[in-house]
Order: sequence, then C-alpha cells, then structure tokens
Amino acid sequence: MSTLAVNSISKSFFAVKAVQDVSFTVGPGEIVALIGPNGAGKSTCFNMLNGQLRADSGSVVFDGYDITREKPNQIWRRGVGRTFQIAQTFGSMTVRENVQMVLHSVHDRLSGLWTPLVRSYRAEADALLGAVGMQDQAERACCFLAYGDVKRLELAMALANRPKLLLMDEPTAGMAPKERNSLMRLTASLVRERGLSVLFTEHSVDVVFEHADVVVVMSRGKLIAKGKPLEIRDNPLVQEVYLGTGAFLESSEIAQ
Amino acid sequence: MYDISTLFAQLLNGLSYASTLFLVASGLALIFGVSKIVNFAHGSFYMLGAYVALTITSAMPSTSWGFWGGVLLSALIVGLIGCLIEMTVLRRIYSAPEVFQILVTFGLVLVFQNLIYEFWGPDEVLAPRVPGLKGAASIFGERIPQYSLALIFVGPIFLGLLWWLTHRTRWGRLIRAATQDREMVASLGVNQKTLFTVVFFLGTFLAGLAGALQIPKESANLQMDINIVVEAFVIVVIGGMGSILGAFLAAVLVGVINAFGVLFFPQAVSVLIFIVMVLVLIFRPNGLMGGRIIPQRPGDLSIDQPFRLPSKRMKLATLIVIAVLMLLPMVASSYLEVVMSEVFILAIFAGSLHFLLSVGGIVSFGHAAYFGLGSYAAALVATRLGLPMGVGILAAILSGAAGGLLFGWFCTRLKGVYLAMLTLAFAQILFTLSIQMVSFTGGDNGIVGLSRPAWLNSHTGYYYLSLLAVTVSTWLMRRALYSPFGFAFRAGRDSAPRSAAIGMNVARIQWAAFIVSGAFAGLAGALMAYHRGSVFPNDFGVSTTVDALVMVLVGGVQSISGPLIGAFAYHIVAVELIRNLADYWRLILGLFIIAFVLGMPQGIVGAFMHRFGKGEK
Ligand SMILES: Nc1ncnc2c1ncn2[C@@H]1O[C@H](COP(=O)(O)OP(=O)(O)O)[C@@H](O)[C@H]1O
Ligand SMILES: [Mg+2]
Repeated sequence: MSTLAVNSISKSFFAVKAVQDVSFTVGPGEIVALIGPNGAGKSTCFNMLNGQLRADSGSVVFDGYDITREKPNQIWRRGVGRTFQIAQTFGSMTVRENVQMVLHSVHDRLSGLWTPLVRSYRAEADALLGAVGMQDQAERACCFLAYGDVKRLELAMALANRPKLLLMDEPTAGMAPKERNSLMRLTASLVRERGLSVLFTEHSVDVVFEHADVVVVMSRGKLIAKGKPLEIRDNPLVQEVYLGTGAFLESSEIAQ
Repeated sequence: MYDISTLFAQLLNGLSYASTLFLVASGLALIFGVSKIVNFAHGSFYMLGAYVALTITSAMPSTSWGFWGGVLLSALIVGLIGCLIEMTVLRRIYSAPEVFQILVTFGLVLVFQNLIYEFWGPDEVLAPRVPGLKGAASIFGERIPQYSLALIFVGPIFLGLLWWLTHRTRWGRLIRAATQDREMVASLGVNQKTLFTVVFFLGTFLAGLAGALQIPKESANLQMDINIVVEAFVIVVIGGMGSILGAFLAAVLVGVINAFGVLFFPQAVSVLIFIVMVLVLIFRPNGLMGGRIIPQRPGDLSIDQPFRLPSKRMKLATLIVIAVLMLLPMVASSYLEVVMSEVFILAIFAGSLHFLLSVGGIVSFGHAAYFGLGSYAAALVATRLGLPMGVGILAAILSGAAGGLLFGWFCTRLKGVYLAMLTLAFAQILFTLSIQMVSFTGGDNGIVGLSRPAWLNSHTGYYYLSLLAVTVSTWLMRRALYSPFGFAFRAGRDSAPRSAAIGMNVARIQWAAFIVSGAFAGLAGALMAYHRGSVFPNDFGVSTTVDALVMVLVGGVQSISGPLIGAFAYHIVAVELIRNLADYWRLILGLFIIAFVLGMPQGIVGAFMHRFGKGEK
C-alpha cells in the first residue's frame, strides 16, 4: 500500500483551474519531486494535501485514511510533517525551545500553566537538534541564526512528531548552491535513515536529479508526466512544456 | 410612535451628520491606506479645524463668501499643520509596530488638547449662524435648518471629488497604487516621502474642513477629538480599511443609525453603532469594501530576545527588593505609601496588558474594559449588595475574566488593526453604558462610598495588601509566561502558519489568554476601587488604557519586568506632573510619550540590558 495516494484532485479559484484531475502516489520510503513551471499548481496541490485548502473533487488517502476533509492539525497528528517555502520558526525563542514547543504539542501538553517549558523534553529536543547538526546552537536565539540554520531547525521541528510523510515546499528556495546541497544531503540521509516518505517541490534541477526517486511533472494545473528522473529528462513532452528551449538546466524562475 | 414627517426629518439630520463623518473618515482612510499608520490624532485635526474656523470666520466679513472662504482657509491651515507633523514626527514611525504608532499619535492628541486649551480656553464656543443659510426649511411640516440641508450635499460632492482625484489625476493614481502595494510605488520612481506628506496633507485638510463646517451646528469643545476619532475609526473599520467608497457607505449607515437611534434608543445610541461594527466584522472581517490587509510584522524596532528564566542573582535581587518594600512604611510618609499602593495596583494592570501585548502580540487597545469591569463589579457588590471586600474582589476577578471570555471570542477572529479597534469598541461600549445607565452605575458621578474593613483602613494596611497582590499576581503571570501555555501564546505571534502546522489552535490559545489577562485586570480594578473608595466611568476610558500602554512601553515592551518598572516610573512622574504643572501636564505627558517612543523604543529595561546586558548583539 502506498503512503500517500492522490486520486484525481481538482481545485479552481473562480475561473482559474489551478489543479485539474491530478493523481499520483508516494510509496513508503520514496522521495518524490513535484516539478513544473511557475503557476503550474504545485503549491495548490500541496495545500490540499496538508489540509490548508479543500479539494473541489477527488480524494487524498494517507496511510489508509481518507484525509481529504481534515484540518491541518488533524493531518499533522496523523503523521504528515511539513516545511514552508519561507522557513517558519518561532523567532523569539531559543533554538531548543522551538523544538520543545513542537514536542509539547506532540505530547498534548500545551495547556500546562505551571512547569516552565524549558524543563520538559529537553533530552528529546537535543537528540533532534543533534540529528540536524544544530546541538551547538541550542541556546541561541532563533532570530540570530543564519538562514541555512533556520532551515535545519525547521527540519528538526518537522521531524519531531515522527511523521511518516514529509511535505517540503521548495526546501532550497533562497539558498546559496553550496548551502542548498548540504541541506538536501542532510534531508536525504535523515529521511532514508528513518524510512520516511517525502514529497517536495523544487526549482533546482540538480536537487531533483540527485535526490528524487520519482518525478511528477505538472503544467497549467495538469499532470503531464511521471516517472524515474532519467525517463523524465528524456521525455519530449516535458522538455517542450517545462523547458521551452529543451535544455533541462537551472531554471532561474523566481519562486512565488 | 413617531409620524412619518418626524422620521423623514430625522433621516435628513442623519444624512447631514453623515457628511461630517465622511469627511473625517475619508481622511483617515486615505492616510491609513497609503501610510498604514493608525492615526489616533485624526480627531485632533477635526477639533483644531473647528477652533481655527471660529477665529477666522469671526474675523472675516459676515457674508456668505466670508464664511465659506474662512472655512476653506481654516482647513488649509489645518492641512499645513498636518504636513508639519508628518514631516517631523510621523515620518519616523511608519515601520514601527502598530502599538507604537497608536501611542505616538495619542501623544499628539494630548499635545493638541493642551495647546487648544491654552489658546481658546475651556469654554464651549458656538459660531453665529451662517449668512445666507440662517433660516429653516419646512419639510412635511418639520422645520430643518437650511445649513443642515446644505451639509447633506457636502458628503457626495467630496466623494465625487475624491473619486476624480484618485482616478483621473497622476497623484491620485499613485495614491491608489500605494494603497494596494507600497513597494510598487517605490519602483515607479516616485518620491515616497513626498507622496506620504501629500496624503497626510489631504487627510488632515479633510478633517479640518469637517471640523470647520461643524461649528454652526455644534459648539466647539475639548471633548470633540476623542468622540469623533472613535466614530471615524468605527466607520473606517465598517467600510473597510483604506476604502473611500466604503467609508462613505459606512458614514451614511452610521449617520442614519445615529439619527434614528436618538429617537428609539436614546440610552444606547453609541452602543448601537458598535454593535453594527461587531456584526459587520463577524460577517465581513475586512469591512464592507475592504480588500485583504497585509498584516504588519510584529516589532520592527527591536529584535525580540527569548524570555530567559531568572538567574539565581535575579531571584536574590527580587527578594531584596521585596524586603526593602516591606520595610518602606517604617520610614515613608503616608503620602508615599498611598502613591506606592497605586504603583502596585497599576503594575498588576500593566502586567495584564503586557501578557497580551508583549507575549502574544495582541494590541489590546481597550484594556480598560477589564479594569472597569473589575472596579464596577467591586463597587456594585459593596454598595448594592453590602457584601464584604473579599467577595467584591472575587466578583471583580470573575467579571474581568468574563469580559475576556466574551470579548476575546470576537477579537481572536481578527488580526492587527481590526483587533485593536474591536477591543477599543468594547471598552467604549462599556464606557458609554456606565455613563448612560444612571440608575445602575451612577452615571457620570460613578459610585462612591466603598469602605474597607477596619484592619485595612490605614494607608499602611492597604500598602501591604497591594504589595501582596502585586507580588502574587506577578509571580503567577510569570509562571504562565514561562509555561507551555505562555510559549504557545508567543508561538502564535511569532508564526501563525508554523503554529497551525504543529497542531496548535492559535485562536483558542489567544482566547484563553484574554481570559487570564482580563482576570488580572479585573483584580487591579477592584483594588483601585477600594483604594479610592469610588469608581468612575473613566475606569473604562481611553486614557486608562493609554496609561497602561505607556507603562508597558516605558518599562520596555519586550522585557519581563517592564510593567513593574514602567508602572513605578510613569506613575511617579505623572503624579508629580499633575501636582506641580496642572495646566501643562497633558502637553508634557504627550511630548514625553512621543519622545520616548522615538528615542527609547525598547524601554527602560531594554535600554539598560542593551547597555549592560550580555544578550547577543
Ligand atoms: N488563493 C488563490 N486565489 C486565486 N488564484 C490562485 C490562488 N492560489 C493560486 N492561484 C492560481 O492558481 C494557479 C496555480 O498556482 P500555484 O499552485 O501557486 O502554482 P505553483 O506553486 O506551481 O507556482 C496560478 O495561476 C495562481 O495564480
Ligand atoms: Mg509555489
């Protein structure tokens, strides 16, 4: 059984058919890249998977449960973690407190009014920070971190509820190439180690070819191809629609 | 019941008032739309327009031309003064957090009040009737002043003018572009500073014009500023922030509701308007014509450091301070005991605001609501039911919490300026009710005659009670701040998307914070009521809220001990000012607030930490 099954979902915003009849699956332990030109409907797809938007039709099945109509926090509790295009962390807390926040939510302890937050789940938080190489900065204020480190922290936060599926919307947007590669290697190794499935959208073709098991291509709301990276590279339809020039090289699109 | 002619006459009166409201509100909407500044001083320009017009029209020949020319000239003068203020003060706070903008512009309100008082004196002044429009027209047998009828047309005329300006002229198009996207204008190569100044001129000109046009109908007085600005805010919120057409529709709505409200619910007119606003906000959270508002980032002025648990040395220092305060009555005069009791009580109130504002980023601009609920609950329990003080205080805490429960439910559905305005609206409703429900609340005279038990009757006794209360409250609020709940509340402020993505219900947590904060504010209200032995409508007033805001600001918005230090510094200064400089205290306080926000936005504690602390750069 696949971890995530997307069955012909569609979404329109008034006249704009942002996503039409898109289906694909993500198997256990699989890393799937969702690519396509700007405005293809990738983010809209993503938002339907994590409950921020509700699909007009079709269904989303995660781990055997129909989550099409569930809210973001319910879907999170089922084991779907996510990172944002612009990293979302808690700026006025220390790095460790950021992770402790998530752990308190995981253990349903957010309404506590007495024991200070910093006293609980400390070791667990440090273990997660260790996994992303942030243990040295645990005491630092999040707002003083370098952007690459914020991304790592966000990854640690997304992993805190031991998700089965990780959704990453443009994980390397706004990063320098070197930082980008080290972050993606880290992500890939963590994911393989834990047997997670990953679905990510991406602009950088390097990243897609180095890390994805399967590539799904969208254009103008429709799914136009899916397959192994090499098949996709050689697919004439993809080359035409996605690349225009035929060269599958760095796209310099400005991320939305 | 009223016959149809009365109703029609009242409709015309409402429309006439709608014109005034529209002029003020459209100016406010323009300024907000372009500069995103929450200009609380807008009513002061209206008031200034009225007083300047009084002087100028009486100096002009008493002909039609003299009057209308004088009105225009007055509006121009007000607009120029507006320009000056934009260039010297407001320009510096465009990227500051909303709460700082509200405070600075409230500082301007105080400055204007004081200056106008200096120049024109405390008496109400009514202008002579307008040459050429002295009579009254008879419509269906009802007599309506010609001048009121003429005013009806002013609103639509200016709606047309503003439409022409914003759709047919280059500057107007820029204004519209800037309303939608501030960055875009910068990219068009327009000098943004000039644009903001021009818009501020236009906005304050309209306010001044409205004030000048009002003088033949209503005597100019020193309360007109707050009254009109609250109404104008309500209109801008109902119409949709930054929308001129929305402001017009809302002005007509409010004007008409006002007029009929006077006939049918004379006790509750202003409550009616606020209820309309609440309904609009629930069903159309961005107002009738409002587009989506891009929320401002919290706190551009200072980077927010994490709240750290107190070190051993801090704990020791705290114990020493408490010990010193316990010994103080041995050497202090009873006057100092009284002042310090007030400091303690105000520190509880400021602390409750700090919890919402600093921890959760919620600008509770009507925080006086909970204070007043507490003070009135205590007073009613004591005087109407004759129950002892302990029961009164318990009732006050519960009332404050209930206020938080009710208002928080509405407020947590909104964000930013809308939320601030809604909290203000709730406080104003209670303020009005406390004045109008004379048989229950004593009206303007408030409730007097709360007596304390014998063992608390001395100043020293009450000093110790207040000290105990502030110690326990501060300790409890600190626990809450460091607890998972406090962090969750802060998390919602830092990043709403991340909070939702880790399974938190941000609105629910904020709602709970409203209740907690309301309870402590209620406690402060009750302690103040027993301290003074009386309660007054001003417990719900804007100035009570502003006092608390200034205390939090003075101490430092992002420092945990801010409210305590702030209450101490501010109250001592305020008491001394009022004692020694009675005529100028508003001027000095206003200038102090402005200077403080511009010069030391991180507050006393923040400045101290910056200098001597070990925080990261
Ligand atoms: N909230 C929205 N309202 C209206 N149109 C939208 C909205 N979100 C996305 N769209 C439109 O849907 C299409 C797909 O957008 P998106 O999913 O963001 O594309 P991608 O992430 O692939 O760049 C675009 O044409 C976009 O303009
Ligand atoms: Mg996108």
